Amino acid sequence: MSKGLPEARTDAAMSELVPEPRPKPAVPMKPVSINSNLLGYIGIDTIIEQMRKKTMKTGFDFNIMVVGQSGLGKSTLVNTLFKSQVSRKASSWNREEKIPKTVEIKAIGHVIEEGGVKMKLTVIDTPGFGDQINNENCWEPIEKYINEQYEKFLKEEVNIARKKRIPDTRVHCCLYFISPTGHSLRPLDLEFMKHLSKVVNIIPVIAKADTMTLEEKSEFKQRVRKELEVNGIEFYPQKEFDEDLEDKTENDKIRQESMPFAVVGSDKEYQVNGKRVLGRKTPWGIIEVENLNHCEFALLRDFVIRTHLQDLKEVTHNIHYETYRAKRLNDNGGLPPNKKLCTSLKRSGEGFILKCWEQVSHRQLVLTSDPSTNWGCKSSSRTGG
Amino acid sequence: MWKMKGLKRKWGATPGAATTSTAMDKEYVGFAALPNQLHRKSVKKGFDFTLMVAGESGLGKSTLINSLFLTNLYEDRQVPDASARTTQTLTIERRGVEIEEGGIKVKLTLVDTPGFGDSVDCSDCWLPVVRFIEEQFEQYLRDESGLNRKNIQDSRVHCCLYFISPFGRGLRPLDVAFLRAVHEKVNVIPVIGKADALMPRETQVLKQKIRDQLKEEEINIYQFPECDSDEDEEFKRQNEEMKGSIPFAVVGSCEVVRDGGTRPVRGRRYSWGTVEVENPHHCDFLNLRRMLVQTHLQDLKEVTHDLLYEGYRARCLQSLARPGARDRASRSKLSRQSATEIPLPMLPLADTEKLIREKDEELRRMQEMLEKMQAQMQQSQAQGEQSDSL
Repeated sequence: MSKGLPEARTDAAMSELVPEPRPKPAVPMKPVSINSNLLGYIGIDTIIEQMRKKTMKTGFDFNIMVVGQSGLGKSTLVNTLFKSQVSRKASSWNREEKIPKTVEIKAIGHVIEEGGVKMKLTVIDTPGFGDQINNENCWEPIEKYINEQYEKFLKEEVNIARKKRIPDTRVHCCLYFISPTGHSLRPLDLEFMKHLSKVVNIIPVIAKADTMTLEEKSEFKQRVRKELEVNGIEFYPQKEFDEDLEDKTENDKIRQESMPFAVVGSDKEYQVNGKRVLGRKTPWGIIEVENLNHCEFALLRDFVIRTHLQDLKEVTHNIHYETYRAKRLNDNGGLPPNKKLCTSLKRSGEGFILKCWEQVSHRQLVLTSDPSTNWGCKSSSRTGG
Repeated sequence: MWKMKGLKRKWGATPGAATTSTAMDKEYVGFAALPNQLHRKSVKKGFDFTLMVAGESGLGKSTLINSLFLTNLYEDRQVPDASARTTQTLTIERRGVEIEEGGIKVKLTLVDTPGFGDSVDCSDCWLPVVRFIEEQFEQYLRDESGLNRKNIQDSRVHCCLYFISPFGRGLRPLDVAFLRAVHEKVNVIPVIGKADALMPRETQVLKQKIRDQLKEEEINIYQFPECDSDEDEEFKRQNEEMKGSIPFAVVGSCEVVRDGGTRPVRGRRYSWGTVEVENPHHCDFLNLRRMLVQTHLQDLKEVTHDLLYEGYRARCLQSLARPGARDRASRSKLSRQSATEIPLPMLPLADTEKLIREKDEELRRMQEMLEKMQAQMQQSQAQGEQSDSL
């Protein structure tokens, strides 16, 4: 014991001589990841519940654009997707409506609610696309609109006093309607998708698919996929943005087998086997919209809304928007864009934007009690948007 | 005279024949059998008919033609993909087939217009079609005015089936432009392709919209001639029904569907049911076939010859015979066009003057002959009456 004391004294003395080691930084430079078995329940997993509560309070925005020749059932399909009249049909059969001479951009917003979650849905319609005799460059107004939304967001972002929640008007998803000719894509389809797959997530769909038999459908889809591949068109989900193997296998299956989805839309209900279903009634049978043997509407709906909605937003924010931002900052010499540039860009836009916000009364829809419903809290390394 | 008597014995029940055979011999001249002679001659000669199909690609044109004539005319067809189509210009393709049915031969020529409405910029894409139709008229005019007129090949387009998309909301700007360019030059029959995309109510609405648009744009489609008053009720009713269902909403198929219990039908099998091509409740295919092949084939040819061709001929000869300032301008425009595209040979002035004089001579001679024949008939009638009263 007496031996211990002098040692301690010497240690203490020695420590006074040796200079103090540098204080360790507050946050470690590289996080030390140790897979430690938790000895008890901490409650980290409640973060998902907290995020869910937050999302329910704030709600979220989703902007979907529909592009295609008139009469391909764009408005009907969007109404069917969101089970409400979110898109006024450009011409219900009774009203007179002339085809516009240039492509117009019409954005209509709705607030729909389901299971306590509010979604501010904006449907952007593009009447006049592909309807003229000369459709040269008819995608330009659309590209301008999309870039304008990025510009708007960028302006808000570089503000000194930023809003707590920047209103997101960027187009998250663009449904491109392919006419079911049964042969192949049309030159206009190729041109549009070539130009726009670089700025927005494009999901090609085959419209009015009830004109094709099963064999014709699969043949047509194969040909379309091949043509898109040959022309280097990356539709959503893009191969290069698959994060991990799980994503890749899931998306590969969708890319190589299901897409483009051959859909049929309807807002009328008919009685089939004692149930009321959405469909189309013909003298030779009733086409059920949600029957997977008839068409792939259910696949499209699950894809866009139930599984990949958040991913669509993330890719738009992290990839497309960042590409735009980088280009703008580069062009401007690394400086944030100034007001003059912004307004001049806005004025040069060809399409005009109509915004009318309508408050749809709250509807309690039956929430699918599917535990695998993705609330958008995938464990991703990408920062949320 | 004995020749005609012989004919009488062959076709005994000719209309307008008197009761007893002796009475028949006295009053019956026998030229009521003329239509039958015509019939025999034309059956021997065979019919030729040129049908043009036009419209955007993917509307079921080839399938419909195959269904209509129960042949496979498009076996060797290669459908180009989109990247090839961006650079393709409109071409005119002709396919010929000889169909024989019940001893009657029909030489059918099909004119196809692949590439129509395909490109991003379709401005003036109908001009090659218009030029083609006029070329056929031109050819016929030359043949008619030539020396050897025994075997004139009639390659004029007798009918144009124009396919309208069922996905649109009526006629598109391209449809209107095309129809405007050709309606005065060929019999146009508008057809809605792939009509199984539509529910019955949608079909009705689309048809009405198209009819309204055709009227508004003053497009003259082929008009069905009215029924003669002595036709039976059934025929009249069918005719009315046919007229009312224009534009025809058709579905084509060459595949026979054999469902378990029902008889085999030509149709398209879907997961929700089978569309029967020949079922009048499903589509207007039967109406179109009846009209095109069974009842109005000859009328289409006649209208092409009497109305459309004559109109072209008059315009052509007028513009050549009297070159006013305006006509000269239009002629030079034509020649400029023809210089760059297919050369349209124009008849020189002197020849056309001669032509007109020749034609007038012919007309006069024919009129004289007719008058002579009429006089003869009146004479023989008067003689007959005299002998009766005796």
